[in-house]
Amino acid sequence: MFINQFLIFAAVLFCIGVYGVLTRKNGVLVLMSIELILNAVNINLVAFGALHQHVAGQVFALFVIAVAAAEVGVGLAIVLLIYRNRRSINVAEANLLKG
Amino acid sequence: MSQLPTLLAGAGVFAAEETAEAVVAQSWLYDNAWLVFTLPSASFLLILLFGKRLPFKGAEIGIAAVSTSFILALLTAFTWIGDVQDQIAHGGEGEEHSLVVTDAGLGGTAGEAAESVAVALTAEAEEGGHGGDVRGAPVINEVEWFGIGTDANRAVLGTDANQPNQAPADDGHGGSSFSIPIGTQVDGQSVMLLIVVTTVSLLVHIYSTDYVHGDRRFTHYFAFLSLFTASMLFMVLASSTLQLIVGWELVGVCSFVLIGHWWEEKPNSDAALKAFLTNRVGDIGLLVGITVLYFAADRSFSINTINEMATSGAIERSTLTIAAVCLMAAVMSKSGQFILHTWLPDAMAGPTPVSALIHAATMVVAGVYMIGRLYPVFYEGFGIAGGNINLMAFIGGLTTVGGGALAFVQRDIKKVLAYSTVSQLGYMVLALGVGAYTAGMFHLFTHAFFKACLFLGAGSVSHACHHSFDMKADMGGLRKYMPITFTTFIIGSLALAGIPPLAGFWSKDEILAGAGVWPGTGGNGTFTIPFIFGLITAAMTAAYMTRAIWLTFFGDYRGHAHPHESGPRITIPLIVLAGLAVVVGFLNMPSPFVSAIGLPSSWAHKFEDWVEPEGVASFVGGENGFTHASPSLSLAIVATLLAAGAGASVWLYYKRLYARDPKATEYTAETGSIMTQVGALAVGHKVLEEKYYLDHLYTDVIVGGTKGPVARAAYWTNQNILDRMVDLVGTSSVAVGRFVYKFIDQGAVDGAVNASGSLAEAFGQILRGVQTGQIRQYATLLFGAATVLVAVFIIAV
Repeated sequence: MFINQFLIFAAVLFCIGVYGVLTRKNGVLVLMSIELILNAVNINLVAFGALHQHVAGQVFALFVIAVAAAEVGVGLAIVLLIYRNRRSINVAEANLLKG
Repeated sequence: MSQLPTLLAGAGVFAAEETAEAVVAQSWLYDNAWLVFTLPSASFLLILLFGKRLPFKGAEIGIAAVSTSFILALLTAFTWIGDVQDQIAHGGEGEEHSLVVTDAGLGGTAGEAAESVAVALTAEAEEGGHGGDVRGAPVINEVEWFGIGTDANRAVLGTDANQPNQAPADDGHGGSSFSIPIGTQVDGQSVMLLIVVTTVSLLVHIYSTDYVHGDRRFTHYFAFLSLFTASMLFMVLASSTLQLIVGWELVGVCSFVLIGHWWEEKPNSDAALKAFLTNRVGDIGLLVGITVLYFAADRSFSINTINEMATSGAIERSTLTIAAVCLMAAVMSKSGQFILHTWLPDAMAGPTPVSALIHAATMVVAGVYMIGRLYPVFYEGFGIAGGNINLMAFIGGLTTVGGGALAFVQRDIKKVLAYSTVSQLGYMVLALGVGAYTAGMFHLFTHAFFKACLFLGAGSVSHACHHSFDMKADMGGLRKYMPITFTTFIIGSLALAGIPPLAGFWSKDEILAGAGVWPGTGGNGTFTIPFIFGLITAAMTAAYMTRAIWLTFFGDYRGHAHPHESGPRITIPLIVLAGLAVVVGFLNMPSPFVSAIGLPSSWAHKFEDWVEPEGVASFVGGENGFTHASPSLSLAIVATLLAAGAGASVWLYYKRLYARDPKATEYTAETGSIMTQVGALAVGHKVLEEKYYLDHLYTDVIVGGTKGPVARAAYWTNQNILDRMVDLVGTSSVAVGRFVYKFIDQGAVDGAVNASGSLAEAFGQILRGVQTGQIRQYATLLFGAATVLVAVFIIAV
């Protein structure tokens, strides 16, 4: 079985995700980029699972999906609160951690 | 129970050499006798933890635990009596018995081991062919409490695991090991005390629910009643002297706590302290005595081993005498013997049910019980056989007369009873001192019931009279108001005075016969002085009880309350105890009496059969053992007439007084006072009122005499030596301190601290720039770092 195409596809997806996380200022778009990263991982898991004829990869992928759903729920709630407090969802402005 | 050490495998057998047959008395109840004291101690903890939240404030837990113990004790007693009766039934066939120590493991193998040992002994017995009618071997269950030495050491010893009481043996490498067992010893004497303690305790629990009702420390009170019951039962069942000490001290603590139950009032807490401290004096004797016995008996704490060695002559007579004298000190303090009895009357500061339970029926007989437990030690040590006076009989005689005389001058009804207790305890010690073991134990047994009855009666009276115990000011004529209390009090008093056929008559008469003075009584010797003391006391007891009864129940009411009969929770225990005071005497009727009234001869001296310590094989009837005195009808008649006469004359004395002045309680100048008219009597009265000046002797002469010079010497030492030294130490420390502050602290330590602080700050300032607060920058750093790591990983691998 050829696995390269899946891995290359996942790597591209991952890079797009990372790019989005690093450059986007809109909080919602940052969250969406994180989803891309997670899905890149899922593709890798399923691909290797298929390669090794083992169900573990798919099971892991399912777990990742479930956790991702939870993560989006929490993330969106945070974004919503930031919006309520600052009337903006620009993540560059949220710099309370500045030392 | 996981804390209990390894269960001992197999069975150890302590058998005298002439032992013939092992009668292995086995019963679930014997093996689990520890339950009897474990239940009340669990109840103590439960009451402390949860008592306040329960509907009856913890009283129900105490009553439940003590009732269970009571039932267990009763069942144990019945089993014991059954076993002894079986042995008596087979006694004519030349059977003897030995002490069989079964293990506490109760495992199948252990049980088999015990049986096999028993079988082996039986075989021996058949060869030996000894005869005798010994019965009632104690059943001992022991586990190892703690041990010293390695298991390997013990393995070298071989039998050590089976016989924890064995002396520590040298293992050949200079090391030794021994283990200290803890266990229960069930025999006639302990079963008898189990019955006494649980019965009185149960009745006192019930009585207390009414008597201390509404008290602010009601829960606390019941918790300590439980602890007391547990400790007393623990002491009673002790199989080793070490355990005896533990129980002995525990009951002392409970006594202290309960005497000081109302500690807000200074006299009460003083009384508690006095009881505790006076007992410490005797406890030193106990510790020394037990230690002497431990070394004398080849390093054994086992009561049985000590007894056997004392009887067989394995311990020297002089060693036994030293041990017995030391232990006698403990008996004097715990059982209120002259001259350490002074705490007992003061102990009446506690609640009345406590006085009944602790200071009349159970704890104060601990000393008497201990003499009984280690009787061979005292018997041999004091050379009771064939003697005519010894320390124990003398102290007992002195106490019984001295205590009885003091009871005449008390205004406080509880103090009359307290001195009466002192006097009766003296009677028991006297009995043991003249070798009348069974009589002493029997008196302990009967006394517990009628004295508890009297104390509870006094409590009931005071309950009706605004909690006053003053007979002269607040009582009189109460028979009309409190018929049940009156009747039970009369029964208790008649029993105490030794009027036939009540309980006290039988036991007192046995003691008098036991002195061996009266023609035809036999006995162990000719104890003339103790016998005379005993007769005087018999008369005095009747006299002072008549006085107390007159002042309390007859004449006109002198108080200002509205007396009324107490409730059922108070009167029922009174009725039960009065009933017991009537019947328990019949347990030990002498055989001539039994045949005279036409009962089967097997009804005679049952108490003797059941209780006597025949575990020590050669003790009773043997070469070194005591002999039983024969009862004497003429002596009984004389003693009874003495008591009746003394009672009657006191009665007439008060009757005459009443005719002159219905409210009078003593003859005064107007009514014509004997006390003021006869000089010698006045002096005697004064001496009695001052309690023989013993309290003055203790507080003023001994304590004061020690306090003054010692305090002055201590003060001088303090000012001139200790203070100087303290000053010197102080000034030099200040000098050292200054130096340290100036150079070391300010220079080196502070410098180092400041330097590290500023260094940390400098680094902080540098690193601060990295913290921009921009999440994206952090993420960039994260991904960058991850990329670098991946690159390193790829290149390296």
